[in-house]
Amino acid sequence: MNDLNISRRGVLVGGVATATIATAPEVMAQPVRPAPAPAVPVSFKVNGKRRDLTLDTRTTLLDALREHLQLTGTKKGCDHGQCGACTVMVDGKRINSCLTLAVMHQGDEITTIEGLGTPDKLHPMQAAFVKHDGYQCGYCTPGQICSAVAVLDEIKRGVPSHVQADLMVAPQATNIEMRERMSGNICRCGAYSNIAEAMADVGGAKA
Amino acid sequence: MKAFTYERAHDAQAAARAAARPGAKFIAGGTNLLDLMKLEIETPTHLVDVQNLGFDKIEKTSSGGIRIGALVSNTDLAADERVRRDYSVLTRAIVAGASGQLRNKASTAGNLLQRTRCPYFYDTNMACNKRKPGSGCAAIGGYSRQLGIIGVSDKCIATFPGDMAVAMRVLDATVDTIDAKGQCRSIPIGDFHRLWGDHPEQDTVLAPGELITAVTLPRPIGGKHFYEKVRDRASYAYALVSVAAVIQPDGTGRVAFGGVAPKPWRVEAAEAVLPQGAAAVVERAFQGATPTEDNRFKLPLATRALASVIAQSKA
Repeated sequence: MNDLNISRRGVLVGGVATATIATAPEVMAQPVRPAPAPAVPVSFKVNGKRRDLTLDTRTTLLDALREHLQLTGTKKGCDHGQCGACTVMVDGKRINSCLTLAVMHQGDEITTIEGLGTPDKLHPMQAAFVKHDGYQCGYCTPGQICSAVAVLDEIKRGVPSHVQADLMVAPQATNIEMRERMSGNICRCGAYSNIAEAMADVGGAKA
Repeated sequence: MKAFTYERAHDAQAAARAAARPGAKFIAGGTNLLDLMKLEIETPTHLVDVQNLGFDKIEKTSSGGIRIGALVSNTDLAADERVRRDYSVLTRAIVAGASGQLRNKASTAGNLLQRTRCPYFYDTNMACNKRKPGSGCAAIGGYSRQLGIIGVSDKCIATFPGDMAVAMRVLDATVDTIDAKGQCRSIPIGDFHRLWGDHPEQDTVLAPGELITAVTLPRPIGGKHFYEKVRDRASYAYALVSVAAVIQPDGTGRVAFGGVAPKPWRVEAAEAVLPQGAAAVVERAFQGATPTEDNRFKLPLATRALASVIAQSKA
């Protein structure tokens, strides 16, 4: 209850500070002094469901998902965009949810691992990861699967890659393409070859 | 991360005005800025989100070139058919950098404005004139294998880390901006990044609040396009040395190097000797270089990377 009161106060203070900045051009020469915990409202869809939150501006999309919406499938690895454990899809495109602010996603459609499949009804990529043993400890797996699903879509849409020989010929879902395109997802256990096998099973080409 | 207020801008000049205030900063993709804010290397007190300004298109210009909106993502720029066909050095450079997730979010303007990855800039326990002016440079005399060999100063030996800008340099891109007063200007990309000199804290010539609206490429110049990047891993690593080149059938062409200097390193007088081979070009382009013992290898590496490009151009 006490927590609730504190966050309500935070909302009011943050709201007043924002309004002041927007309506007072004469403060231009003054440094901006933020309220202690500026909180702003944001609404977006997560896995098809509308979510309305009021968040400290510093909240990353990753922390909004995990700490505010209890969608803990998305993992925090490095928290600096280096490991890919936090990969989710925003408006159909994969991004690192740790390197984006939740408040920047007003109106966006976010898909997390929880939105791809359920234990009873696995997404084909999830099923392929199980079949091909595409993990050991599993910590990077939600990010790997979100990335893998998005990679096959990127190849389908003709997004080019570093290993593509001819940029004017549509890329194919070959093993080398998938390895290059998955380089933003690190697996400490080294399940890479099985991940590539799983991806090939879902949408791959030979070689 | 330090606390900050946030606004989403809907008008370019208003955004420039808001960001001209001390402590304010633009945010677009955020992939570099948020990384630095978490480490408290960047500590803005106010963020001006520019993603809704409509600078997300690639359009033809009246002179036969293209104007790339500042907010076009790296992925969308690399994938654009005109870019793949007529400016493929640019597609090659973009897809040689970062990861798929980062390229989806990172913007064209943000890529130009990304800050160095010098490990001493990132480590807030270390002296760094770029992070804290006047504190010294721990990289000089430190671990400098990845750092700059030319255009650096006795205050800072960091490099500009990007790939995209190196390709834009050989394409003679211009950076279009608007400031808080509504004044627009076009900055040739060769003048956009500063050499460190005595003020390594200043990366570019942009004034406070000056907002990048687009990057314009002149009409295509033909030739074969190459981006050769040498790095410690085959993917998702910064360049030790990179070469962007456009080579014409007669052996003449344009060359810029990445991973070696505070800016994409192009010396037009060095390009003139391209038909004489890689060693001649590198000798001229890197005249006055000041490598450390750790990064002296970048000179022969630049020669070999360019030699590889020249060989491919003849294939």
